[in-house]
Amino acid sequence: MTAIRIANLNYTYGPKTALKDVSFEVAAGTFCALLGPNGAGKSTLFNLLTRLFSAPAGQIEIAGHDLKRTPRRALAQLGIVFQQSTLDLDLTVRQNLSYFAALHGLSGKTREVRIAGVLDKLNIADRAHEKARTLNGGHRRRTEIARALLHNPAVLLLDEPTVGLDAAARAAITDHVHGLAEDGTCVLWATHLADEVWPDDRLIILDHAQVIADGLAKDISADQPLQSAFLSLTRPRE
Amino acid sequence: MSGYLTALIAIVTREALRFVHQRERFIAALVRPLIWLLVFAAGFRAALGLSIIPPYQTYITYETYIVPGLCGMVMLFNGMQSSLSLIYDREMGSMKLLLTSPLPRWWLLTCKLLGATAISILQVYAFLAIAAAFGIVMPAFGYVAVLPALIVAGLMLGSLGLVLSSFIKQLENFAGVMNFVIFPMFFLSSALYPLWKMAESSELLYDICALNPFTHAVELIRFALYLEFNGPALMWTVLATVVFMTGALWGYSPENTGIRRKG
Repeated sequence: MTAIRIANLNYTYGPKTALKDVSFEVAAGTFCALLGPNGAGKSTLFNLLTRLFSAPAGQIEIAGHDLKRTPRRALAQLGIVFQQSTLDLDLTVRQNLSYFAALHGLSGKTREVRIAGVLDKLNIADRAHEKARTLNGGHRRRTEIARALLHNPAVLLLDEPTVGLDAAARAAITDHVHGLAEDGTCVLWATHLADEVWPDDRLIILDHAQVIADGLAKDISADQPLQSAFLSLTRPRE
Repeated sequence: MSGYLTALIAIVTREALRFVHQRERFIAALVRPLIWLLVFAAGFRAALGLSIIPPYQTYITYETYIVPGLCGMVMLFNGMQSSLSLIYDREMGSMKLLLTSPLPRWWLLTCKLLGATAISILQVYAFLAIAAAFGIVMPAFGYVAVLPALIVAGLMLGSLGLVLSSFIKQLENFAGVMNFVIFPMFFLSSALYPLWKMAESSELLYDICALNPFTHAVELIRFALYLEFNGPALMWTVLATVVFMTGALWGYSPENTGIRRKG
């Protein structure tokens, strides 16, 4: 089943082209890495996928729902982890999750059960009553991933989720999210770090507003390290 | 419980928690009008002679006259404060969380507006209580009758905050709001002096004051405090709310956010 379908997406900021004829599909249960240098168009693509922006041309479908025609159904199927932390630092982990659950219409016992479930899943149950401000970077990210999973989304979008984390926390989160894809969630993971991509991952490379490679990471990298393949594929910015 | 109601409760609770966490904001919200009431009004009492104008039946002290205007001031500053919070939320990223919720954007913004209005009203009642403690009292039922007027005025000033937040790109630009929105709105209104006084000085300024929606919000509050209904003031305030809210919905629509953010 196709979880994300993007067709002929174009977007410009005035005279500057941010995305040019971007098309791809990602199936359920896939870990898809969206790799691109800074300024390639990854964040614009995320803003369009999350309907923070709306593209005048092109089509986006999330779990079969057209984002333009049925935005509420499409957004209900999306779990999002933004690059910048969006936790309310003055609230506890549980309060942050509870607030988000309410924004998705979850209340009462369902909300409590879901919160307990994601806290367990991300191994942060013991932090539930701590204020987000007191958490380290790794635990804040875990909290945000837990929050993004509260409403059982079909698609999980993560925009450079390991920025600012140490090597251990980065590896732990990368491993964990790969596990989520194995459980059936479609994961779109935007990054500019090639070492977060595993050989069997689906890989889309975005550069200068266009998709320049799409396939399995091991096929794209061929017989060289992915980092080298990435650097040779992407053109230096002017 | 409907998803709409669940989100409303969550957003209003979060606004309230944020307000509780910012004690300085509450104190500032009270100190500001109290300085006007207890210091400014004391100094101007002799300088400004007031004739009997509706809704007043007798001569009143200047302190009594400016209480409704200061209620409006509390709401005006609170509306701008919530606007500032929204811009901060957008810069910090937490606004994204709200805007990517599957609920309609108009409802999410309405929830924000209702939260800000509820906090405004609490502050106004706290101010009225302190004013009463200093002997500036209104008719007893006026404190109840003013509630609907406060709701309408709070919604108008909150929606003004929303529309401003949708157009102000950066937190640093907010200082301009003080100079170009708060001060003109407050001084070009009937908050501190009746409009006939302004007409004596300048017909043009009188016309501007008469068009200022803040004037009508203040008059709505003033009349309600004295158990009288001011239809034109209600109409103007509601009209301004509709215009500001329409502007805010336009400004926060996905079709417009991207273009302005980087364009």
